Amino acid sequence: MAVTRQIHPLDKHLRLERIPTLYCPGCGLGIALGALLRALDKRISEGAINPDKVLWVGGIGCSSRMVFYVNYDAAHVIHGRAIPFALGAVLANPDLLAIVTGGDGDIAGIGGNHLIHAARRNIDMIVLMFTNFVYAMTGGQVAPTTPRGVSTTTTPRGNPEYPVNAVKLVGSLNANYVARASVTTPHYIEQFFYKALGMRGFRFIEVVSTCPEIYGRHIGLRDPVEMYSELRKRIKYKHKPSLEEAEIDWERGIVIGEFVERSNPSLIEILKGVRS
Amino acid sequence: MKKTFASGNMAIAEGALTAGLKFYAGYPITPSSEIMEYLAEKLPEYGGVLIQMEDEIASINAVIGASWAGAKAMTATSGPGFSLMAEAIGLATITETPLVVVNVMRAGPSTGVPTKTSQSDVLQARWMSHGDYIVPIYSPWSVQEAYDLTIKAFNTAELLRTPVVVLSDAVIAHLWEPLTLMERGEVEVISRKTPGDPTGEPYPPYKPDPDLVPPMPLFGRGFKVLVESLIHDERGFYSPRDDGYRSLVKRISLKVLKRLDYVYEQDARFTEDADVLLVSYGSTARSTYLATIELRKQGVKAGFLRLKTLWPLDDDRIRKTSNARKIIVVENNIGKIYLDIDRIFKDREVYPSPVLSLELPTPRDVLEAVEPWL
Ligand SMILES: Cc1ncc(C[n+]2csc(CCOP(=O)(O)OP(=O)(O)O)c2C)c(N)n1
Ligand code: SF4
Ligand SMILES: [Mg+2]
Repeated sequence: MAVTRQIHPLDKHLRLERIPTLYCPGCGLGIALGALLRALDKRISEGAINPDKVLWVGGIGCSSRMVFYVNYDAAHVIHGRAIPFALGAVLANPDLLAIVTGGDGDIAGIGGNHLIHAARRNIDMIVLMFTNFVYAMTGGQVAPTTPRGVSTTTTPRGNPEYPVNAVKLVGSLNANYVARASVTTPHYIEQFFYKALGMRGFRFIEVVSTCPEIYGRHIGLRDPVEMYSELRKRIKYKHKPSLEEAEIDWERGIVIGEFVERSNPSLIEILKGVRS
Repeated sequence: MKKTFASGNMAIAEGALTAGLKFYAGYPITPSSEIMEYLAEKLPEYGGVLIQMEDEIASINAVIGASWAGAKAMTATSGPGFSLMAEAIGLATITETPLVVVNVMRAGPSTGVPTKTSQSDVLQARWMSHGDYIVPIYSPWSVQEAYDLTIKAFNTAELLRTPVVVLSDAVIAHLWEPLTLMERGEVEVISRKTPGDPTGEPYPPYKPDPDLVPPMPLFGRGFKVLVESLIHDERGFYSPRDDGYRSLVKRISLKVLKRLDYVYEQDARFTEDADVLLVSYGSTARSTYLATIELRKQGVKAGFLRLKTLWPLDDDRIRKTSNARKIIVVENNIGKIYLDIDRIFKDREVYPSPVLSLELPTPRDVLEAVEPWL
């Protein structure tokens, strides 16, 4: 019997030998990846980006793994260190367009110091942080983004700590672009990433994602569809909201939108002497 | 060729420039900081980039990224910063990334004595990261050799696609001596082999040539390379099975051992007639050498062996260096390379002579340490 395979328009962006992904059924990360690739595809077909110069860099975690599914130069490095790896690559070859993907633990936890300093430097790269409120890959420990009170495997009596708001943190520094989207609004992921791909300097997009397998268990939303609709209820899009409005709270709601847009000179522009 | 007068730290920086350094990332720490300060002045003139990072973890990871983007890259540090680099050295070994890490040793453990010398990191440098691998280590004993061995470290890194460590120390760092600098063309400079142009077919970044070293496809050239920290096959795909695991882990060690003739260097003197062989390395070897001469004056048939490469060792060559009955290992730590020398000369009398001195041990210190075994 002849085997036919359907060609998906995004196939050329994927290492098809590695598909299907290892993601759990119902995981939000696949939705996000689809949206990201649509934006990249658009930029490439418009001739704005040379695909040979695109470099994906990921640390360790479910979210970081995205980099070995995409058909580009890619590096799957060590936990929390994708940002400095990407920084070294773009400083050594400024023609590269570095896209860093990572989880909330990888980027804002173990890699938090690198995040701060990359934003301060306005170094040319895009950082995509996937907030699923948990350390998913290691089986459900508390993350720096876990809301207070949530029971995780390492906070069985409820999380006693306050979570980080990465949008406010990065926005307070010298980043040229700071936005937040959600896997329940893939069109905004696509739109914001498309915008970021056309900019210079440090660009940060937080993507709120669903992890029904691990986080879903912790908050009693084990069913992917149910978790997705519960997240969708909490998402509030605002047009150009201020950083003060950047709330991310399971009870009070999660504000998405483009919080910061600047055109400060990037580190590479300064080093090249193009801008000062 | 140009004659000048320089410190050991300056010599390391100059050696890196001669070897073709294009990217440096580092974090200040005594007694290594002058390497970064010197390069901050000079590297831009050579078309390179230098950046002070937020810590040593960031520094070494940036160096790995820069190397994959095609730059000869290095960082320099001392004990506390070297310890922070441990995990990423492992990343460089498994991804076969050429780079040089300089550790200007100071007394530890922990913050220790930041301004004073030591040789206590010699085993750490070998095995600091988890997993199985071999990282070549060079140990200079003079300003000239700090320059020469830094060039050699880059050449080894590029030839074998591996991280390489230069172990200097606080004495060599701040010692001033005459230095002969080489121009391009006067000294061998090796650069990594790279594949031809991409063909459109997926390129396997870890497929070795007969020398066990894979050509290195660089970022930005259309190879769609996958730099992978997981155990991987030739394509860079995760491969958690015994066959793939064994072949990768064995190959990254074997490719270095296969070129032991190139990697391993030593300096042997008065070994022909020696009854007693003094083994030493780095700054301590300066005094051990003078002590050897003093012993010969006193009528003791003493020989001298200085290890320029501290890892991997050429056991055979070391064994054949001398027929001395007694072998004494002089080093500025609690007795570490002694363990190797004892293993290599298992049929002879081998004694440790650890000196543990914050200053360069004097020839007198060495004679006192050696005396009990004579
Ligand atoms: C240095 C180090 N410490 C710990 C780990 C184990 N580890 C792997 S992934 C991970 C957390 C991942 O969480 P996150 O970054 O939020 O990614 P997610 O899986 O949730 O997408 C941890 C702690 C590691 N790989 N390296
Ligand atoms: S554990 Fe969670 S984040 Fe990871 S693949 Fe499964 S659903 Fe997705
Ligand atoms: Mg997470």
